[in-house]
Amino acid sequence: MRKIVPLGDSAALIQLGDEVDFTVNQRVHALANLIEASSIHGIIETVPAYATLLVHYDPLILSFSQIKNHLRVKMDQAEEISNREPRRIEVPTRYGGEHGVDLESVASHLRLSVEEVVRIHSEKIYTIYMMGFTPGFPYMGKLDDALVMPRLETPRTRVPAGTVAIAGSQTGIYSIESPGGWNLIGWTSLQLFNPESDSPFLFAPGDEVKFIVEK
Amino acid sequence: MSLEVIEANGLATIQDSGRRGWRRFGVPVSGAMDILAFHAANSLADNSSNQAAIEIGLGDITFRALHDCVVAVTGVGYDLSIYIWDFPLWSSYYMRAGWTVRLNKLDSGMCAYLAIAGGIQIPQVLDSRSTYLRGRIGGFNGRQLQAGDVLKSGTPSHPLTELAARTLPEEARPVYTNNPVVDVIMGPQEKYFTPESTATFMSQEYTVSTTSDRMGYRLEGATLKHRGKTELISEGMTMGAIQVPSNGQPIVMMVDSPTTGGYPKIGTVIRADLPLLAQCVPNKSKIHFRKTTAAKAQKKYRELMSSLERIVEEEEQGN
Repeated sequence: MRKIVPLGDSAALIQLGDEVDFTVNQRVHALANLIEASSIHGIIETVPAYATLLVHYDPLILSFSQIKNHLRVKMDQAEEISNREPRRIEVPTRYGGEHGVDLESVASHLRLSVEEVVRIHSEKIYTIYMMGFTPGFPYMGKLDDALVMPRLETPRTRVPAGTVAIAGSQTGIYSIESPGGWNLIGWTSLQLFNPESDSPFLFAPGDEVKFIVEK
Repeated sequence: MSLEVIEANGLATIQDSGRRGWRRFGVPVSGAMDILAFHAANSLADNSSNQAAIEIGLGDITFRALHDCVVAVTGVGYDLSIYIWDFPLWSSYYMRAGWTVRLNKLDSGMCAYLAIAGGIQIPQVLDSRSTYLRGRIGGFNGRQLQAGDVLKSGTPSHPLTELAARTLPEEARPVYTNNPVVDVIMGPQEKYFTPESTATFMSQEYTVSTTSDRMGYRLEGATLKHRGKTELISEGMTMGAIQVPSNGQPIVMMVDSPTTGGYPKIGTVIRADLPLLAQCVPNKSKIHFRKTTAAKAQKKYRELMSSLERIVEEEEQGN
């Protein structure tokens, strides 16, 4: 799948697939990096997601057909380059306890022990497919099939920053205090978003993440 | 030069043309809801287009000038008075130290912009002075303005007397109405809806719900039906995008909207018309939608933006 469609008059949506797939997502990040590095006049920024790349542009500078031509060239170039080695970030995590309030109910729902849930969740290396929801929130996958959980029926109104959570085949970390409908299984003291810092975000789309069990 | 907030009853925030470059990390653009009125206010004060101004909505506000300054006020839904005089919007005014400027909310329209010559000087957060309330960043300590806040301005481009008494003639302004026809570019998920629903959306009247805010305007009107799936895997979205969740009631994403979303988008409101929608009064304005193309939308936006530069110097002003 390879399509460029307008999203309004100031964004172009590149569709590379329509499902959550590691290979497709890697192509999204490769294309995003290529476009960000090429600094085409009129392109403001890109937003990589699971299977799409949204390109925001200035309609005073570029028309949709012009940006489409630019993007086609970049898509052809992206096919020939291989992804750069992703960054890997370790996240010390305290499972359960005060912030991982759903760990036990998750375990009983999945017919696993708490220790097994922790082991399975922390064993795998995850990829940040995309960021969104709140500033700095990473959508990561793919979760082991044994940990697939539905979202909460009633979302919580307040989830503290740093809370590690799972939903469906994904895992994430709440980046700021916000409402949340995912199952809360742990907490990290790492700060995901610090607006005062020179590098305000701990993560970037495409990074790899490894949870480290903290006792 | 500076202004002090004397009384703030509504929602007044510092906004600029938006926070760009951070959407890939999940940071909304924020910035002015009515980008046309915002640009006009900066033009009238002869500020560069990215200077910060004050967005005023939902209630009255009063400022006092702590030094002589020039302010420009634009937008819809407010009466303006400076010192002892009432003045029209879409003009710039000289204010002597100690004078007050007051904006009183009317029943029509939603927000006004007050720019000060030299722009509001406040530290940037993630390259912008815009307030993002939910994220508590930008603007005045990440929050709305309150009585006692003092806003400092930068250096005006010219002597103050040359910047006052400038106006944008009515024919150069956006055409605001209580019952606007708003142009939409269809897609990317038009196919998720039944053809009858697309026809319904284009023919029926919608109102704005009272639960609307800077994040999104919820529309109330005929329910739209999905053909099948009511969700897709999340993808990037932008202001103006019309998401339709499973209840079939459309939500138009506004400036503080999340950067990504997973509901099908039947279309996107064009940039030139988003200000008209932003100025719609909940439960009152009646909105119709109409299909257009990206090329036509961009032409309309370019024409509107250049029209905002057609400022004239007035011969006389009340003071």
